[in-house]
Amino acid sequence: MKATAHDFKNAASKALKDDNLRQALHRVETGFAGNRAAAISRLPEFHDLRDEGVAIKMHVLDHLDYYLERFEQKVIETGGQVHWCTTPKEARDTILELCRSVDAKTCTKGKSMIAEEIALNPFLEENGVLPIETDLGEYIIQLADEPPSHIIGPAVHKTKDQISDLFFEHHQKYGKTERQSDGRMLVNEAREILRQKYIDADVGITGANFLIAETGSTVIVTNEGNGDLTQSLPKMHIVIASLEKVIPTMEDASTILRLLARSATGQEFSVYTTFSTGPRRDDDLDGPGSFHVVLLDNGRSKLAGSEDRELLRCIRCGACMNHCPVYHAVGGHAYGWVYPGPIGAALDPHFIGIEEARHLPNASTFCGRCEDVCPMRIPLPSILRRWRERAFESNVTPPAERFGVGAWAWLAKHPAFYRVGTRLAVRGLSLLGGRRKRIAKLPLAGGWTATRDLPAPAGQTFQDQWRRQRGRSA
Amino acid sequence: MADSPVNVGLFVTCLVDLFRPSVGFATVKLLEDAGCIVHVPDTQTCCGQPAYNSGSRNDAKDLGRNVIAAFQDFDYVVAPSGSCAAMIREHYPRLFADDPAMADKAKRVADKTFELTSFLADVRKVTSVGAKFNAVAAYHDSCSGLRELGVREQPRYLLASVEGLEVKDLEKGDACCGFGGTFCVKYPEISDEMVTRKTSDITATGADTVLAGDLGCLMNIAGKLKRDGSNIAVRHVAEVLAGDDGTPPIAGGER
Amino acid sequence: MTSSSRQAILDGIRRGLGRGPVDGADKAALEARMTAPKANLIPARAQIPHGEQVDLFVRMAEAVETTVDRVDGLDAVPGAVADYLAANNLPSEIRAAPDPALDAIPWQDRPLLTVEKGRAENADATSVTPAFAAVAESGTLVLHSGPDNPTTLNFMPENHIVVLKTSQVTGTYEEVWSRLRARDGGDGPAPMPRTVNMITGPSRTADIAQQLYMGAHGPRRLHIVLVDDGQE
Repeated sequence: MKATAHDFKNAASKALKDDNLRQALHRVETGFAGNRAAAISRLPEFHDLRDEGVAIKMHVLDHLDYYLERFEQKVIETGGQVHWCTTPKEARDTILELCRSVDAKTCTKGKSMIAEEIALNPFLEENGVLPIETDLGEYIIQLADEPPSHIIGPAVHKTKDQISDLFFEHHQKYGKTERQSDGRMLVNEAREILRQKYIDADVGITGANFLIAETGSTVIVTNEGNGDLTQSLPKMHIVIASLEKVIPTMEDASTILRLLARSATGQEFSVYTTFSTGPRRDDDLDGPGSFHVVLLDNGRSKLAGSEDRELLRCIRCGACMNHCPVYHAVGGHAYGWVYPGPIGAALDPHFIGIEEARHLPNASTFCGRCEDVCPMRIPLPSILRRWRERAFESNVTPPAERFGVGAWAWLAKHPAFYRVGTRLAVRGLSLLGGRRKRIAKLPLAGGWTATRDLPAPAGQTFQDQWRRQRGRSA
Repeated sequence: MADSPVNVGLFVTCLVDLFRPSVGFATVKLLEDAGCIVHVPDTQTCCGQPAYNSGSRNDAKDLGRNVIAAFQDFDYVVAPSGSCAAMIREHYPRLFADDPAMADKAKRVADKTFELTSFLADVRKVTSVGAKFNAVAAYHDSCSGLRELGVREQPRYLLASVEGLEVKDLEKGDACCGFGGTFCVKYPEISDEMVTRKTSDITATGADTVLAGDLGCLMNIAGKLKRDGSNIAVRHVAEVLAGDDGTPPIAGGER
Repeated sequence: MTSSSRQAILDGIRRGLGRGPVDGADKAALEARMTAPKANLIPARAQIPHGEQVDLFVRMAEAVETTVDRVDGLDAVPGAVADYLAANNLPSEIRAAPDPALDAIPWQDRPLLTVEKGRAENADATSVTPAFAAVAESGTLVLHSGPDNPTTLNFMPENHIVVLKTSQVTGTYEEVWSRLRARDGGDGPAPMPRTVNMITGPSRTADIAQQLYMGAHGPRRLHIVLVDDGQE
């Protein structure tokens, strides 16, 4: 996916004027957050489980090489293969080669953020393998030719009406000539059409929530069951996963699974959690004939030893965006790359560079809700602040902001000048405020006064008044 | 309340110094009523948060050194702001962690720095402020105070002792108001959306007053309410706790 | 191509961590963590006597729209299945897993019920499968694949009926993993089946305007015939 993160401000501005999007985001804000809070209140051990989840992930990061090798060994023992890929290109080429090895015409796909990261769909399509998204949300945005706007609800930005239009436009070729407006009918229509796609597909591609080193299993978590049909019916099952998905044991998976659904949708447990180990066994009546894990690095091996390594604890639950006031305001597309919301703002610059992603770490009030709700306690505001520091050091920060911060800091470093400066400023602003005690328009502060009045100061600083009343102190 | 007087350095904050001196005086009154001797070092300026949040770590450190030098000799440092108090208490130790000459000093100052209401309720064990204030007030928790310092019950507890005051919680009490320091001028449209949601939430409570412990949030909320023609009065919690109903509300001049 | 990438990735990780490959005592400790897996914190919720676990399982399953019919023995299963099909206006045909565990069910008691065995076909309306275990903590069924248990039965038909015995109900996921590892009675852990399915309710989606609809791709209905086998 081509990054458009540099255009964040324009995209955000458009998003704020999109009434359909605002309705949709309102549902995200109230629905997900409320359900999560209710689920957590039912499990007294939730916050202790977070600590354990963090410990598991840190243990893995400290021994990432060991666990990946161990995972690979088990995959091979159970008849599968692991393909190590350093770059998105290498991963795409590997997947295409695998598809070609079984003369694949179509492949069904379960939801995978890594597939988005490597821009798999357009590549496969250009090379004669038609990818079909099967998660209903992913299917909707594939029809709309849009990227996902949320990591667990890729089509949260779409209204039912928009989905009706999309289905009406794209399903005529299947003989569906009536526009359905009822949600249940829309679900049924997609179910019917996709069912045949599962049956016809040559290859099924899924992502992975976990890779289990103990057993060589890959794990997917869904509510629809699409991932299961995707991987059970075709000849070949390809799993795409990034390095940090590996965890030691089934017990460790259980701990993190107790956090995942509760943090994501507020469910006690997702409907389908599926452990896949190798290809179908000799006497099995169904299942894929071959099993491949495409393991993507894309900079993570380096990230694992860096100061931002905590980002690799992320389990992609979406809680940070579900609780982010900036996400609630602008939605996921404005972020302009694969991962939106706070996790995206912290992670995307690692992939697309801080120059391209410069707005993302800045578009935050550091309100801290993301860190508060993150099941893996990722210190997102601290990581965003580090990006601001890197931007400042590398002169990515705009000159006006650098000047403003520098001027204020200079003044504040010289208390005597600061006194005089603030005294004058306060007097001036107080005059501007007049008897209304507020300023409706102020040069250089248009960002504020375009939509808000600026409360005017009283006319004298506290320090001046204090010294007049009490003499010099301290 | 403890018996022996303690020396408190008042970190007044830039915004209070410039825009709302009455909050400073209310803070002094509350601290003195709580048995403290209040000092206002005249070398204090800014805690460095704008520089810190803009990525200018060196400027932030310079300003931090200035604050630490000005305040290190007091028993406590108190600020009428969750955000500035959190800067000193939570972030100075991180800022100076790799600076052997400063790390200890930063930690010592950090440990004795408190947001006003938490200092009164948690440290000075104030149970009642003996003030009167006739209002129905919605309370906005500032993000820094709430999540970095755990300030939530303290202001409500103290406000419960104010005669004539009824306090209401917001429906989305943990949502940010959209101020965010330089955020509000760098991303004004997003900030406006956030403050619009906040002021609707405030209006929906039916309160005639909104209170908070951070002047940044309050100026943002007041600026939006006034632009929309609202009559809701906006005040810092310290003013109400000190019984100051003489000072007009923030941005509360003639219509 | 990928063998050099493999080395590059492993080298990159080690460089970042500032060490070489794990070996010696460190490696032994990691191996031990892997070969004798230990449970982490287990919530108190399901650490209760077995009878209460069964009740909790039923409550949690019903909370996610699974329906549960409790019967006294395998003899009662054909009737329970037939009644369920009739009550939901479904054809009197099932596709059953060819699992010996279901062989003791006297299907012949219901001659109008057509029972076919094998993997699922797209036309099948209703499947009947056994389960490996169930988890009280979240109302979750655990099924695994094998020659007698094709996975497609769990996903293709619109209606999935699971015959579960009360003795198969455990408190937690961790207990299921212990049973899974011990299921062949051998010395080491039994090999993982190709597929282990944890199923918590019927298929659903909220991808259309955050509204919940059942039966997105998998079964619209999940029904458990819970057989009291009088064992823990």
